[in-house]
Amino acid sequence: MVATKSIKFIAILVLMMTSVFAFANEGEHDNQHHEGGNKVDTPEEIKEYIAHHLKDSHDFHLYTNNETGTHVSFPLPVIVWTSEGLRTFMSSEFHHDDAGHVIVEKDGVKLTKIHSKIYELEAGADEVVFDDHHHAENAHKVLDFSITKSVFGMLLAGLLMILGFGALAKGYKKGAIPTGFGRALEPLVIYVRDEIARPNIGEKKYRKFMSFLLTVFFFIWILNLLGLTPLGFNVTGQIAVTVCLAIFTVVIYLFSGSKDFWGHTLWMPGVPYILRPILAVIELIGFVLIKPFSLLVRLFANMTAGHFVVMSLIALVITMKEAFGPVASTGVSLALALFISVIEILVAFLQAFIFTMLSSLFIGMAVEEHDHH
Amino acid sequence: MDQLLNDFSPGLFFMQAIILLILIVLMRKFAWKPILESLQTREDGIKNALDSAEKARLEMQNLQADNKKLLNEARAEREAMLKEAREMKDKMIESAKTEAETQANSIIEQAHAAIESEKKAAIAELKSHVAGLSIEIAEKVLREELSDNSKQQKLVDSLIGEATLN
Repeated sequence: MVATKSIKFIAILVLMMTSVFAFANEGEHDNQHHEGGNKVDTPEEIKEYIAHHLKDSHDFHLYTNNETGTHVSFPLPVIVWTSEGLRTFMSSEFHHDDAGHVIVEKDGVKLTKIHSKIYELEAGADEVVFDDHHHAENAHKVLDFSITKSVFGMLLAGLLMILGFGALAKGYKKGAIPTGFGRALEPLVIYVRDEIARPNIGEKKYRKFMSFLLTVFFFIWILNLLGLTPLGFNVTGQIAVTVCLAIFTVVIYLFSGSKDFWGHTLWMPGVPYILRPILAVIELIGFVLIKPFSLLVRLFANMTAGHFVVMSLIALVITMKEAFGPVASTGVSLALALFISVIEILVAFLQAFIFTMLSSLFIGMAVEEHDHH
Repeated sequence: MDQLLNDFSPGLFFMQAIILLILIVLMRKFAWKPILESLQTREDGIKNALDSAEKARLEMQNLQADNKKLLNEARAEREAMLKEAREMKDKMIESAKTEAETQANSIIEQAHAAIESEKKAAIAELKSHVAGLSIEIAEKVLREELSDNSKQQKLVDSLIGEATLN
């Protein structure tokens, strides 16, 4: 009761400020309700919609009008390695189908898209046959090198970085103090150098790893922030992306490990001989599996959860309409989504920071030289 | 977990790896290296400037201290010179005084000696004079006395009487 009351109170507060916007929304939702059809307006559909968003997709989808069935989106190139070799085409050929209904035939290879994955139909098959668990029976996944939305996001982030920091780098040719946007970027670079790399890796060796750490920090941060825009990127919430980032870290610290590091890892001094092989196994598992796993899961889970929460709160507009009416539900949703979005801005930075921080910590462990032996 | 594995896209992983690798290389060449180098140069420059300012300040301080020391030294020297002069003056006066005194003393001594010898001479002269006079008187008296025989007898008697007493 108390919770409901306080929610109502918040709703009224927010409504006072956003009444104009709320009314505009109200009309829209009323329309949707009357029309019915395949709109996203039940909890199941919302859940599916969110799950779909959290995945990667092959086209850049902006808006769908379900009444007319028109999609406002632009296609992205599909590049797949099939059993017959490389095939490329635009994702528009799937006509926004995501259930395996549309078959695209390219030089003897039949391709279809099911739940954002591209499948190749086996020879002779004309349409996808699903088993009881909705798994395709006569089709298999192909190696998908498409410029998906996530890849597009990464390219965008990379482009932003090259433009932004390239300009900063060029600015130094004119004078020692940057001007314009470089003024905002420079402290960030100094922050990564002085607060992340130097204390964790050590004054002597941090330089070698700066390129990696800076790139990863800004890459993750920009992608996290892109994820908060209505464009709906969820790049850092893709497990493949975080796995890749973590593997980069692992490869770097394993290959730059000092003699001391390997000595301590594989043959721990000061421990009974019989324990040393056991410790070596534990340490190796720690460095090769557990540490990268913690890196990749932390980033993935945080970003996925953030997107999930924000979208769920936005969906309150629909789910709470029954209980509070359209105006109140919009207000509550708006207030909570705004609140969580602000937190997500912090999280976006925090996760980039933590990833970089832990990466440099692990690198620091690996390159450390013990001079007391 | 199953869902996670199912969502893992090897293609996306591959693309990410390629993009990240290229991005690191590009950023290293076009951004990080020049930026970090410029930052380093700038920081070194600032550090050097601060260091030299500090050094100049110290030098200034040293200079001031030196000046003060020099001033103090000069003052002390003047002081010492004045003192020395004063001492010398005193000493000279003292020595002059003592010399004058001794000289005066010796003059007085000489004067005394001269007076003494004069006195002695005078006395001696006086004595001889007196002796001469007395002899002259005695001669005169004797002449007078011995002019008659009784008187000569008397004298002889008294002289004999005196001689007997002796």
